[in-house]
Amino acid sequence: MSQPTGAAGSEVFDPAALAHKRTRNLAEHVIGLLLFLCAAASTLITVGIVLVLLRETISFFSSVSLIDFLTDPQWTPLFQEKHFGILPLAAGSFMVAAGAAVVAVPTGLLTALFLSEYASERLRAFLKPTLEILAGIPTVVYGYFALTFVTPVLRALFPSTEVYNAAAASIVVGIMIIPTISSLSEDALRAVPSSLREGAYGLGATKLEVSTRVVLPAALSGVIAAFILGISRAIGETMAVTIAAGQMPNLTLNPLESIETMTAYIVQASLGDTPHGSIGYQTLFAVGMTLFLITLAMNIVSQLILSRFREAYQ
Amino acid sequence: MGTAFMVLCGAATLVGVVALVVLLADLALDGAPRLSWSFLNSFASRFPERAGVKAALLGSVWILALTALIAFPVSVAAAIYLEEYAPQTWVTRLIRLNIANLAGVPSIVYGILGLALFVRTLGLDRSIISGALTLSLLIMPVIIIASQEAIRAVPSSIREAAYGLGATRWQVVRTQVLPMAMPGIMTGAILALSRAVGETAPLIMVGAVGFIAFAPTGVFDSFTVLPLQIYNWISRPQEEFHQLAAAGILVLLAVLLTMNAAAILLRNRYQSRR
Repeated sequence: MSQPTGAAGSEVFDPAALAHKRTRNLAEHVIGLLLFLCAAASTLITVGIVLVLLRETISFFSSVSLIDFLTDPQWTPLFQEKHFGILPLAAGSFMVAAGAAVVAVPTGLLTALFLSEYASERLRAFLKPTLEILAGIPTVVYGYFALTFVTPVLRALFPSTEVYNAAAASIVVGIMIIPTISSLSEDALRAVPSSLREGAYGLGATKLEVSTRVVLPAALSGVIAAFILGISRAIGETMAVTIAAGQMPNLTLNPLESIETMTAYIVQASLGDTPHGSIGYQTLFAVGMTLFLITLAMNIVSQLILSRFREAYQ
Repeated sequence: MGTAFMVLCGAATLVGVVALVVLLADLALDGAPRLSWSFLNSFASRFPERAGVKAALLGSVWILALTALIAFPVSVAAAIYLEEYAPQTWVTRLIRLNIANLAGVPSIVYGILGLALFVRTLGLDRSIISGALTLSLLIMPVIIIASQEAIRAVPSSIREAAYGLGATRWQVVRTQVLPMAMPGIMTGAILALSRAVGETAPLIMVGAVGFIAFAPTGVFDSFTVLPLQIYNWISRPQEEFHQLAAAGILVLLAVLLTMNAAAILLRNRYQSRR
């Protein structure tokens, strides 16, 4: 914390000014310390999350074996006959995330290419904020939309669709993460220097070749990081899947059936009667821990890809 | 071939725009007939024709105000430390990495933290203050990152000039850096707060309830918020309650729109003054 020194040599000796300076330095140090404590508080949030999750997860695993947790194909902790297999919930989360990726990855990537390579500045200035509204709409609204609009449409197309189904949830979660993927991918595409584009044009490449074979490969690390971040958001998404995908742990690959995701289970269990210290209460934390670890791993991977494989231009 | 690809890209962009238009049109058609003064001014009810969002709207305002009071000063202070004070050590790098990762933690995990820490351990129970503290933790990383960017955008020549005149570090921050960075900080903070207003899952975890028929009078009261009231209505089977949910969503979107407009106005006003 070195301070830039002023013209100290020209000062005349004055005890009163010196005393003033001492209190001033003290005040500076106190303020610096306060600011540091606020920054450190953000670290305490992480410590808090990990400690809270760990404490109850450890009690959970003292009554349920890790092997059962990872391999039992049933999840029925709130029933008389209890099974604690995370598989149906994890499969539910991954099915919704995969469905959302099918919607959002191609749409988001093509949107990013359109905004960065084809759209005029004026069109872009209109389209980008419009798309970002999608990211600002609360997720409970997407849940309503899925249940009252998407599901009836799906039921008209595929009569076997259940009222609560993974497909409707996937579609709205996909719409929700389009702006995440398109914005971050577009940033990566625009960061490719125009000299690369001009070089390719100079060699006789068409606009299509420049976009897909020069710009996109050059920005690939940023684009993939955007995909991973978007999908990690889809896994952590809660309200839309709770409302639209149902609350039935179900190990299935059929998106038209009712399922339950990890996040939906946490909501369901906390709305129900789970007394403090009961195994039902502890499942909240075990599932929360699984969710936390999965999303954390995906976020770290996306950061690693960005820092390891980034093409440094200029 | 090239044109076909351009059309494909344009069509993909339209997917998002069309989805937005359909979503808003669907909500307006379902919810607008139910919007009225009595809807805004009535409490929740078993009878859909008498139900309203008064308790939820007031609850959202309480939560919003408290969350702003808690999260804003701490986040801005943290950002000032990281940008203006922190020596470049591994501690600082760790804090930065941690903030980036926190911004990616699902909101429901913050709800679990709030449940265990504020509701149980600190004994704050299912109160407004528990909800506001939980949401503060949730949006702090977002405000810190936005504030850091705003502070970084202040040209270093300004700082150097102030130091050259003999100002201390805090004087430089208080009289030069903060006033210049404030529009950016406020914009980021309002956007983060509008995220807090739309959050449902963490508040379900800390025990906000869907059915409240009184106006909150203090921070230890139990409460509900707009998104939770909406969820409560969606999860009922009757069509009438779904219409109420749509009307509630329109109220929620109006609140969010107002906040975003305020953020934009604030930014424009300060930018033109500079």
